[in-house]
Amino acid sequence: MSLLTRIICCGLFAAVLSVAQAEGLTIEITKGSQTAVPIAIVPFGQQGSIGNVKLSDVISSDLGGSGFFKALAEDDMLTKPSEPEKVNFRDWQALGQDYVVIGQVLGNGGSFNIQFHLFNVHNGQLLMGYKLTVGGNELRRAAHHISDLIYEKLTGRKGAFNTRIAYVTSAARGNGRQYMLQVADADGYNPRTIAESPEPIMAPAWSPDGSKIAYVSFHTKRSEIFVQTLATGQRQSVSSYPGINGAPAFSPDGSRLAITLSKDGSPDVYVLNLANRSLTRLTSGLSIDTEPTWSPDGSTIVFTSDQGGKPQLYAIPSSGGRATRLTFQGDYNARGRFSADGRSLAMVNGNGGRYRIAVMDMASRTVNVLSEGNLDESPSFAPNGSMILFAANKGGRSVLSVVSTDGAMQQKLDFQSGGVREPAWAP
Amino acid sequence: MKFKKAYLVLAMTAVLATGCSSTDEQDESLTEGQGTDASTSGYSDGSMSGSQFGSGNGYNSGAGYGSGSGANLGPEFSDPNNPLSKQVIYFELDSSQVKQEYVPIVAAHAQYLASHPNQHVILSGHADERGSSEYNIALGEQRAKSVERMMRSQGVSGSQLEVVSYGEEKPAVSGSGESAWSMNRRVEVGYQ
Repeated sequence: MSLLTRIICCGLFAAVLSVAQAEGLTIEITKGSQTAVPIAIVPFGQQGSIGNVKLSDVISSDLGGSGFFKALAEDDMLTKPSEPEKVNFRDWQALGQDYVVIGQVLGNGGSFNIQFHLFNVHNGQLLMGYKLTVGGNELRRAAHHISDLIYEKLTGRKGAFNTRIAYVTSAARGNGRQYMLQVADADGYNPRTIAESPEPIMAPAWSPDGSKIAYVSFHTKRSEIFVQTLATGQRQSVSSYPGINGAPAFSPDGSRLAITLSKDGSPDVYVLNLANRSLTRLTSGLSIDTEPTWSPDGSTIVFTSDQGGKPQLYAIPSSGGRATRLTFQGDYNARGRFSADGRSLAMVNGNGGRYRIAVMDMASRTVNVLSEGNLDESPSFAPNGSMILFAANKGGRSVLSVVSTDGAMQQKLDFQSGGVREPAWAP
Repeated sequence: MKFKKAYLVLAMTAVLATGCSSTDEQDESLTEGQGTDASTSGYSDGSMSGSQFGSGNGYNSGAGYGSGSGANLGPEFSDPNNPLSKQVIYFELDSSQVKQEYVPIVAAHAQYLASHPNQHVILSGHADERGSSEYNIALGEQRAKSVERMMRSQGVSGSQLEVVSYGEEKPAVSGSGESAWSMNRRVEVGYQ
């Protein structure tokens, strides 16, 4: 596969910083940050067999993909120490690095002992030394965990590398299509199929504890909302009213789902109590009201409505009440999603026929457009709020894309076969 | 050209359902993933306790589109000069209003249905790929409901009509651009 793929983006600074591949998946950083901090992740020393996972590559790809760091290519390293006393800080200073990470992996018959050290290159200070033991096929996860530790140490913010995403793939099969709901690591590796059907699957939404996913399935040729427990695969139908059963969103306490139903006429937002299945209707009228999402404190539901003519975002108390309009910029604002701290609201912003991902600062109500596509949709925040995952269109095929919330960095996760849509980042 | 296939499929689907009993034979082909808890690591902070999914636990694949059910429709449905041969209504961007040129087509189907009260149709609404997918589900439903209202006003019984919206999930023509989008903003009249 083309390690040479180069995508030039209209940003100030553009280059493919890394391309990783697994199961037909490529990750391309299509826009990098100019202010990224240089860091060198030296290949870890190895004893025993550790299979085909190269920790330094995974960590470099994680940190480089965050937009905060620029990882040094292995080919440019003058030395590759794996023990603290072998690190010559002048070498790394000469290469313009700010930080260097070294480590070792010891394969231990089914498990691995990993240790690593993080140094400040300029003063030689040891910032972090860490040992961990992981099981047989958990090396990638261990690498993501190390990335999280380094990221948090150097940025002061929690990392989101050791997290998962859900998304829906669709590909031609026979005379029809096959839709698959999958869960994968945040970098797209280790995809597992949660549900599949020849009819559409839509709108995966995570429960706040990450143990369940709600989604819409059309496998009966009607829409129906399911809640599926990931550990057991057990699935429950929670809504199959006539008309639309759509857009599920878990309440922050996990006890309720905000959903869209059209059983009473036009699409309206309802709150479904999962314990007793009672419904509370939040919106009414002839307009389209859909795509509910909860504020993290549970007090407010933001939804898309065309009550003003064009789709815009509105907020309504989750216990019911009067809706107030939130968005005024652009002729189309839809599918809001809050960051975990509730300070930002991501949305699809349509303007002059271009649909891009924008973020509203809830305090100032200012809106920033972050993505650069024409058909971007389904934004979803990383749990640490640093990135937004969304669906983009590349040459007529849908791919997943990630943009940093400051817009400085963008990368694509491209599954080679078929389209990938409706991503949702796990909490 | 894919939409032509859809017609054929619809027509084929059509052949049986007239005599079909009212027990819904649902297509139970959604497959559940089943998982095991893979938290076997010695990870000190417990963050490794994930779940692994995989082994598909199968529902039997039932009949899909075009696999045998359908209505026994007369030759007028395949006569290109007869409006009944047209079973797709197209819409303008972000609109659910039936355009003037499609009014006679809807009327022809309504007339047929009114005189064949045992005949059922599914009106499936669709949208183009632009914008958000759940909003497009709503838009697709409004389109299908526009057609439904028009048919009801012309004497078709509500029990003959079922509305479903697929939004942007089932494009008739793949690809981007107005030529594809205009074919995808549609309501398909599917005889059962």
